[in-house]
Amino acid sequence: MTRRAIFVVAILFLGLASTSLRAEYGDVILNRYSDLAKVRPVIFPHWFHRIRFRCKVCHHELGFEMRAGANDMKMMDITEGKFCGMCHDNKTAWGVENCNLCHSGKPGLKSGIRGGHQTLGPGRW
Amino acid sequence: MAQKFEVSEWANFSDEEPEMSWNCRWGILVLVFIIGGCEADHQNVGAQQPVAKTAPSRPPIPVARPAPPRSAWLRLQADGIHDVDNPALRLLQQPEEALSKLPRAAEGNNVDWVAALRSGVIIPRTNVFPETKIKVLDRDVIMEKTAGMPMVRFPHRPHTEWLDCKNCHDRIFKAKRGANAVTMRAILQGEFCGQCHGAVSFPLTQCSRCHSVPRPSRVRPGTEPTK
Repeated sequence: MTRRAIFVVAILFLGLASTSLRAEYGDVILNRYSDLAKVRPVIFPHWFHRIRFRCKVCHHELGFEMRAGANDMKMMDITEGKFCGMCHDNKTAWGVENCNLCHSGKPGLKSGIRGGHQTLGPGRW
Repeated sequence: MAQKFEVSEWANFSDEEPEMSWNCRWGILVLVFIIGGCEADHQNVGAQQPVAKTAPSRPPIPVARPAPPRSAWLRLQADGIHDVDNPALRLLQQPEEALSKLPRAAEGNNVDWVAALRSGVIIPRTNVFPETKIKVLDRDVIMEKTAGMPMVRFPHRPHTEWLDCKNCHDRIFKAKRGANAVTMRAILQGEFCGQCHGAVSFPLTQCSRCHSVPRPSRVRPGTEPTK
């Protein structure tokens, strides 16, 4: 009986562990300044954007570096039309006044790329 | 700056005695639990059998219904990173709504993005500035130094349909054959192909999507694929 209880607990634990941090593959969390500014971190979903734009639009034309964390952007840059602000201008996509649509992450999240598989060194596999 | 690895390092890497990771230890622990649970089940069945003989009028066993198919994509409210207290969360598109209509794959976003683009299911924009030149190159590169694995075929075409030349050349790869000391070790650490594969494009667990060209000399007699 105790064996079965342990078994059930182990399965529950596994289930929780597998669902607790399963962001969609390629989601990027941007939290360099958000927590400090008392707003939610930004979640950038690659899947949503690549249905509508090819990689080259942001990573070539708009100048986004391809390494997560290599783009140091502040809200002022975006308001001035740089980075996300190139399209998020109320013409191509929603404008910067819709804070909660981008700033939608749980407070305290660590910046970086999320998803089912990660390339952060063999230790993470 | 990308760290350079010599080809010989790959050999050292594979010869190392792999240390058992914590994931592996957890896996063994859980396996032990599962086996333990199965044993307990067997014991219970054995104990109940004599009772069943003396009591033939048991209620019929309900037929197990197949579980409803689990979606490949979590709802944003359940993915562990979105704040459920955000009033605007319901306005965002759910992954399933968009991705379930695209060609399926078994990994990553569960979407074959190259097939989605080629079949025309999605028509993502190529540029926002009208003056940007769109370049597509249709040239395959075969990488032969892959030790015991099948050789790697790198197709420029699907890559340039998504990306610009300058995304890789010469920042990640020198545009010269044989000039890049690409190793799996470096790729697994997020260099070279690993800058995208394993982060946004299909993950590095899909060995055969890159290692796709069998070596003729390695085909044993009698095992050739029949065509």
